Amino acid sequence: MIGYILRRLLQTIPVMLVVAIFIFLMLRLTPSDPAAIIAGDNANADQVAQIRRQLGLDLPMLQQFVIWIGKVLTGDLGESFFFKKTVAALVGERIEPTLSLAFFTIMIAVLVAVPLGVLAAHRQGTWIDRLVMGFSVLGFSLPVFVIGYLLIYVFAIWLNWLPVQGYQHISQGVGGWAQRLILPSLTLSVIYIALIARMTRASLLEVLSEDYIRTARAKGQIERKVLFRHALRNAAVPIVTVIGLGIALLIGGVVVTESLFTIPGLGRLTVDAVLARDYPTIQAVILLFSFVYVMINLAVDLIYTLLDPRIRY
Amino acid sequence: MIQLRKAILAAACAVGLSLAATPSFSQTTLKAVMHSDLKILDPIWTTAYIVRNHGYMIYDTLLAQDETGAIKPQMLEKYEVSADGKTYALTLRDGLLWHDGKPVTPEDCIASIKRWGARDSMGQKMMSFVDTMTPNDARTFTIQLKEPTGLVLLGLSKPSSNVPFMMPKRVAETDPTKQIEDFTGSGPFVFAKDEWKPGDKTVYLKFDKYKPRSEPASGMAGGKVAKIDRIEWLAVSDQQQAVNALQKGEIDFLEQPSIDLLGTLKKDASITIVESPQAKLQYVFRPNHLHKPFDNPKIRQALWYAFNQEDFLMAAVGDPAYIKECKALFICGSTFGSVKGTDDVLTSNMKKAQELLKEAGYDGTPVVLMHSTDLKALTNLAPVAKSLMEKAGFKVDMQSMDWQTLVARRTKKDAPSAGGWNAFLTSWVTADVMNPVSTAYLNSSCEKALFGWPCDETMEKLRDQFARESDPAKQKVIAEAVQARNMEITAEIPVGEYLQPLAMRKNVKGLLIAPAPVFWNIEITK
Repeated sequence: MIGYILRRLLQTIPVMLVVAIFIFLMLRLTPSDPAAIIAGDNANADQVAQIRRQLGLDLPMLQQFVIWIGKVLTGDLGESFFFKKTVAALVGERIEPTLSLAFFTIMIAVLVAVPLGVLAAHRQGTWIDRLVMGFSVLGFSLPVFVIGYLLIYVFAIWLNWLPVQGYQHISQGVGGWAQRLILPSLTLSVIYIALIARMTRASLLEVLSEDYIRTARAKGQIERKVLFRHALRNAAVPIVTVIGLGIALLIGGVVVTESLFTIPGLGRLTVDAVLARDYPTIQAVILLFSFVYVMINLAVDLIYTLLDPRIRY
Repeated sequence: MIQLRKAILAAACAVGLSLAATPSFSQTTLKAVMHSDLKILDPIWTTAYIVRNHGYMIYDTLLAQDETGAIKPQMLEKYEVSADGKTYALTLRDGLLWHDGKPVTPEDCIASIKRWGARDSMGQKMMSFVDTMTPNDARTFTIQLKEPTGLVLLGLSKPSSNVPFMMPKRVAETDPTKQIEDFTGSGPFVFAKDEWKPGDKTVYLKFDKYKPRSEPASGMAGGKVAKIDRIEWLAVSDQQQAVNALQKGEIDFLEQPSIDLLGTLKKDASITIVESPQAKLQYVFRPNHLHKPFDNPKIRQALWYAFNQEDFLMAAVGDPAYIKECKALFICGSTFGSVKGTDDVLTSNMKKAQELLKEAGYDGTPVVLMHSTDLKALTNLAPVAKSLMEKAGFKVDMQSMDWQTLVARRTKKDAPSAGGWNAFLTSWVTADVMNPVSTAYLNSSCEKALFGWPCDETMEKLRDQFARESDPAKQKVIAEAVQARNMEITAEIPVGEYLQPLAMRKNVKGLLIAPAPVFWNIEITK
């Protein structure tokens, strides 16, 4: 097992390198110039060129890449062009809101979607099944910002129960932290509820038709035990896969939600950095997202061994 | 169980004591959403308006313009101009302090003027007249000119980017091409650097030792009395959410509400909409003089006849209450605003435009028109320009892009077919375009001019004349000549003005009518 983990960790190196080259080239090849943005409206060509020199953007692309990757290898993600802070400090400030949002969202999604999927499978073909699947289709179809605005209108403006926007750090009080995360998490969780509920239902239906389930029922096991102890555990591998993928997608997919609810997380940092063409920040955040993605995939693979003893690495 | 009870009792006592220990006074906090997030902190290094606004929070100026545009001493107690107009004796007010507690000195001011003069276009012009700047004692210094100019007062009271903010000497001596890293000012608020989180919030705290002038505040002049202890600029990027937050009282102040959301705000009794006459903007069309077809002045002149302002304004703003058709280059109603000689232009006289194109021998070279798509205030301008130009007989290749791509591309001198461009539209805060020297697009010094690179000796001579002149009546005559010359060379075309209202909670009082939003004099009432 340890050998497997080490092998997988080593495999991340070429993956990250490819991501690094790709993102570096993408940014340099797009028709934009951070120096012109920084210089402002009144700046002449000389002033823009001066800033370009200061940022090192006048150097050949290969040289720029070697400098950057050399720094990354020593743990230095560079300094933001705009924020006058190190990228590491910027990312550090933004991790808590994004992790909080992702945590709340996955909690809501799993706690709602798995029971819904089990219920739909158990009552296959009934109105409950159709209702769950109907909600699932709706969840997939509605854009995040529409769900967000609807929830804001109902819970923040009409009922006045929750704040419209903003984030409070957990160190300033758990109550305020949780209160501000409810609406964004609900907004973001809808699509994951839809996804996980569908997967749970499909996976469970497959397992429920297996012989050992019939045997369990024939032995007089109560239905709850049949569903949760025998069926759900054996249906768990694809469900965990989807949840894992969901977490990975969440890390990168919080962009719209964070912008809508004014949450100063990594998603907003990415948007701000892209709009400002802040190369060091964009590069670092994308690398981080890629790393998280790879790690979550590894974690999911390891969880398989806990759920299914037949799986060994 | 007994221990648990004791623990609960102890905790309750601790909470009670901490509540009892809370001071009886409460700190006043104002939460504002500005037009943009603050990312850069050096108001001399960049012209971005949000950085200018940040400058007004923490820095002060030697001179300032009041609500009527009159120039008044601000950090200065007084200034005296010699009879020959070549010597300015400036005296600082007593008791001015930097945020670190040290006194403001003439050396600080001289270094600040030099740094501003190295960056700002008006500052550069002013500095070309300056012979020496010398400190005399702890509070006075002298600016000695090579020849008289009206630019000293005009420049040092410049209300918009780049504003000549005063900084401590050690900060002002930073290379003008590099950003400052020490944010010590002498203004009414202190920048709370530790709390600054770009993309989240910027915090300013009242500077208790600030010594305001005794006169009432007016525009950028008068007593800058900070009445609020803490001001937070929150970065809310979604306009609808900013409006929701204002209505719910989560924020107190919204600098630039979207005009299409004003209807909602106007119906809310808890909100005040402020329509400051100084919060006006001017839309302009900027042609590139380097490449065909706009390298031909006659073809550029055809644009004056093809365009009309109503189409641009209605498409971009939409609400007639907030737009103003004004053909004056230097803003209608301002000191140098004049519509002299503009009767025939900007009326969409397509016949005349077509004649000019024919006379100029326009060969159908497509005009690469850059269209910015992500800034709502600008998005609809280029399609209107395209439509009007095509009616006049131009062939137009409108290329859509986000504003930052446009900003990068407009610096390129390459041919339009090789990644360059022919034209784009933008807007200026009116405070930036009030006279021939501050209006950056009128700089017609060829290679040294801003993107678009107009090249015209006559225009430069007129701008120099304006800079040398200190008699306002004569300056006005020169400004009219500059306007007439602009219609001949087409450095830019004004395509209308609009008003950007501001929204705040009803309990926010004391907002000043000024070209930039300032937070002194503002208070929050119960």
